[in-house]
Amino acid sequence: MPRTGVFICHCGTNIAGTVDIDKAVEASRNFPGVVHADEYRYLCSEMGQDIIKKAIEEQDLDRVVVGTCSPRMHEATFRKAAAEAGLNPYLLEVANIREHCSWVHKDMGEATPKAISLLRAAAAKAALNTALEAPRLDVEKRALVIGGGIAGIQAALDIAEAGYEVDIVEREPSIGGRMAQLEKTFPTLDCSACILTPKMVEAAQHPNVNLLTYSEVEEVKGFVGQFDVKIKKKARYVDSVKCTGCGICWEKCPSKAPSEFEMGLAKRKSIYVPFAQAVPNVPVIDRDSCLYFRKGRCQICEKECPPQAIDYEQQDEIIERRYGAIIMATGFDQLDPTIYGEYGYGQHPDILTGLEFERLFNASGPTGGKIVRLSDGKPPKKVVFIQCVGSRDKARGMNYCSKICCMYTAKQAVLLKEKVPDAKSYVFYIDVRTAGKGYEEFQRRAAEEYDVAYLRGQVGKIFPEEDHLVVRGVDSLSGRLIEINADMVVLAAASIARCDAPEVGRLVGINSDSYNFFNEAHPKLKPVETHTAGVFIAGACQSPKDIPDTVSQASAAAVKAIGLLSKDKLQGEACTAEVNQAECSGCLYCEAVCPYSAISPVEIEERYHGGTLKRTVAEVNPALCKGCGSCTVACRSGTINLKGFSNEQILAEVDAICLQR
Amino acid sequence: MRYRYFPGCTLKGQAKNMEDTTMAAAEALGIELVELPEWQCCGAVYPLYEDELISLLSPVRTLAAAEGEPLVSLCAACHHVLKRAQELMSRNEDARTKVTDFLEVEYSGEGRVLHFLEVLRDDLGFDKLAEMVKKPLEGRKAAAYYGCLLLRPSKVMQFDDPENPSIMEDLLKALGADVVKSPYRTECCGAYLSVTEEGVAADTVDRILDSARSAGAEVLITACPLCRYNLENCARDDGKKPLKVYYFSELLAEAMGLTVETAGDDSSKEEVSQR
Amino acid sequence: MTTESGKKSRLIEEMKAQSGQDPNSCYQCGKCSAACPVTAALDLMPHQVIRYLQLGLEDELAESKTPWICASCFTCAARCPRDIDLARMMEGIRLSVLRCREGNKFGPADLTPEQLEKLPQQALVSGFRKYNK
Repeated sequence: MPRTGVFICHCGTNIAGTVDIDKAVEASRNFPGVVHADEYRYLCSEMGQDIIKKAIEEQDLDRVVVGTCSPRMHEATFRKAAAEAGLNPYLLEVANIREHCSWVHKDMGEATPKAISLLRAAAAKAALNTALEAPRLDVEKRALVIGGGIAGIQAALDIAEAGYEVDIVEREPSIGGRMAQLEKTFPTLDCSACILTPKMVEAAQHPNVNLLTYSEVEEVKGFVGQFDVKIKKKARYVDSVKCTGCGICWEKCPSKAPSEFEMGLAKRKSIYVPFAQAVPNVPVIDRDSCLYFRKGRCQICEKECPPQAIDYEQQDEIIERRYGAIIMATGFDQLDPTIYGEYGYGQHPDILTGLEFERLFNASGPTGGKIVRLSDGKPPKKVVFIQCVGSRDKARGMNYCSKICCMYTAKQAVLLKEKVPDAKSYVFYIDVRTAGKGYEEFQRRAAEEYDVAYLRGQVGKIFPEEDHLVVRGVDSLSGRLIEINADMVVLAAASIARCDAPEVGRLVGINSDSYNFFNEAHPKLKPVETHTAGVFIAGACQSPKDIPDTVSQASAAAVKAIGLLSKDKLQGEACTAEVNQAECSGCLYCEAVCPYSAISPVEIEERYHGGTLKRTVAEVNPALCKGCGSCTVACRSGTINLKGFSNEQILAEVDAICLQR
Repeated sequence: MRYRYFPGCTLKGQAKNMEDTTMAAAEALGIELVELPEWQCCGAVYPLYEDELISLLSPVRTLAAAEGEPLVSLCAACHHVLKRAQELMSRNEDARTKVTDFLEVEYSGEGRVLHFLEVLRDDLGFDKLAEMVKKPLEGRKAAAYYGCLLLRPSKVMQFDDPENPSIMEDLLKALGADVVKSPYRTECCGAYLSVTEEGVAADTVDRILDSARSAGAEVLITACPLCRYNLENCARDDGKKPLKVYYFSELLAEAMGLTVETAGDDSSKEEVSQR
Repeated sequence: MTTESGKKSRLIEEMKAQSGQDPNSCYQCGKCSAACPVTAALDLMPHQVIRYLQLGLEDELAESKTPWICASCFTCAARCPRDIDLARMMEGIRLSVLRCREGNKFGPADLTPEQLEKLPQQALVSGFRKYNK
């Protein structure tokens, strides 16, 4: 028979106002196994905890029941107190007589017996509690950052500065991401390259940062503290060690392909770095357009390369490495507005997306920084910007607001006015959303000082006529039809998740929302955590974001990763599932329902009629198990038990409530 | 290739030439169109109000009469009503029960409901059609005018991309014409506003014709008798270059090398601007 | 939906139930008005019709020419970012007026003999359907 002590908290009048504490204490004395019962005004206080500790020692208690608030509130407090008194903390049980009883009832005559029932159930369960130990897990003191845009760079630098090794895996030949494609940044108009390039260089030079560009994550196994990751380093066909980045190869290369970095508005060579400030400044050969790879001749780059760094025989390389934490910073794409047939995107060179128009401002962009029409090279005098192309559209696009378009449109209109002083901008908008430091002021300046006409309404048709584009729309405030003979149209196409985000998420075991953006663990209180321990998210892979928000989130994710890496050992979950393999039939329904991939099949040998028999059964990896209990429900033979919540314990609670009187 | 054929009122009246030319071309192409016996009105407009079930009686009776065989029509309005009625029958059990009980027929949305253009594209194939063309319309600058009813609502009609369709241009290409595209090819002609609000219809028609003209079109094809009526009769006489309007089937028959004796719309191609 | 005075509008309640469309889904972007091929001829622009529905301005809607000029071309519905079928709403207003208020709007007597002869049969049948009870 156990020696159980029951302690009941008044919680001021929170409990005592509705539950007759004296009666509850009296009743508790008569529960099976209870040798001690007491009460106190605030059990969670130092004094209250001392009462429990003292009783454990003096009364030689081996089980404790506390009748208090929700275990989510103070279970850890009381378990810690029990441990300090030498009791295994898992031998303490909480009866929630506040949220489940006193707060939801008014009548003391009814609430008191209910509180007693709850205490009786807790005592019955406690009698079956066993001492549990949380596993202690090793931590590999290295982080992996997937994605080398501003989010990934910031997170990596923060982790590196804290003294931990960090690898950045970037699929493109250079880090830099979307921010590298931008000309200037709102609302301060500082040049994007001027603020980004130093960070890229810092990442490349930091002794704790290892750049794996032109690389992709192939496989992730393991769990928090010990992720085993396979990374494919794609063949560049250029020896990174020998290459000096002199640029002779791409100067001499005779074949061209559309430049991804320039949104297809310009060509790049088949051996190329995506942009002038690329980090690392080592080119790659694009096999699909390279003459040598296509037709077996040319080899000009090889002949011309002074350090002889070209290596056509280079193969993809697989790197296997262990990481303690992973940060996902995979960024976003821009929606293809072709589906909006009324805008004619793709049918005329002067109808551009926001990101395409951005490239025209850049000195090394497709027009050398001149704002001109791609159709005839003339500077545009009338530019129409259309907002919400695919955003806030549940029928043809995305139901969400892309958040950055109102501001970048205002910025582009201002930059346009600076480059083409006699240009006039028109912005068709639904709502102007400029929440952010200095944002509203910036947008108003665009409207008031830069000749930007804001028209509340949408556009019904755009078509070419003579040398201009006819834009037919409506200004809903005046109820007027608006027709503008525009020289150029810029569509603020929605920011969308990367098309392969769900697959990449699956690799690391995190899920996405209905738009394919990665899910955070809690939208308010765990915005950079995910449901997979040790995996964090940063930047526009979670939802559309501007640069300040992205950088903040990246640093937040870095802090979470650093916190994890700073631990020598990780405390695992004590209440994990356990398979009685002798009874397990090996149906593996449990494996299918486990949200944490903690269950896997294992082959065991059993003695059978004198010989041995091999059969498959389920096995739980306690390091991955979060104790959710899904498997215990799915298990047909009831052979999986959750430690601390075994079937027997739960039934004992039910019996204690139902079988009294 | 055998299909049940639903003509509808206009194909036996003003648009007889669309029927005659289609029949001639179909025969040459090996497409058998079997007219539904004792057919009635298609319903004329698809009811947009939940309780307007009475307007569904006609189209559902027609759909049931096809006995599950593919049902083809030529008039864009008829096809629109039949296709949408079919979609409602397959989706809304309550409406289906009420309508079929009233009609004492069994129908639950089965069978393909096609416009003849879809037969040419999906069943015959424009490549095959191109091979069978005898007198290609070489040098003929032709534009397509789609109007509304074939394209929208696209989720139900599933005819083509509602904003950027290509089926009629592809047909014209197969017939050897010199295809031009105009931005107003999917915009409404004004429909029955030509009866009640002539000025409004004149505006819509002028825009459509002007945009086709500036795209360089000499002829315009349509699949809807009302569109054609409006395009030919509602334009303001402003002395602009004339533009001839044809049913797609007329050019089809011509390219097939067929001479068709027909009545109906004035097939002498009265010039549009001479109202 | 209530009018400013707080009384429920029968027309609007009926319209919502029968058309399956909720005016409150609209955020007044004006896409419908930009898309409509006959906006220029309307006394209320399409998005304003929805605004009037939101505000419960039943009498003003019943007086408006807009629903009668709408030719059900479905362009508004095809482009609405809130997935509202405005063509159905217009039909709802037309039917409510025809049913509750004034009956037939247009008949064969309103046509000239020339029109009767020349118009495609389809136009006559569908025109009468649209404007009559």
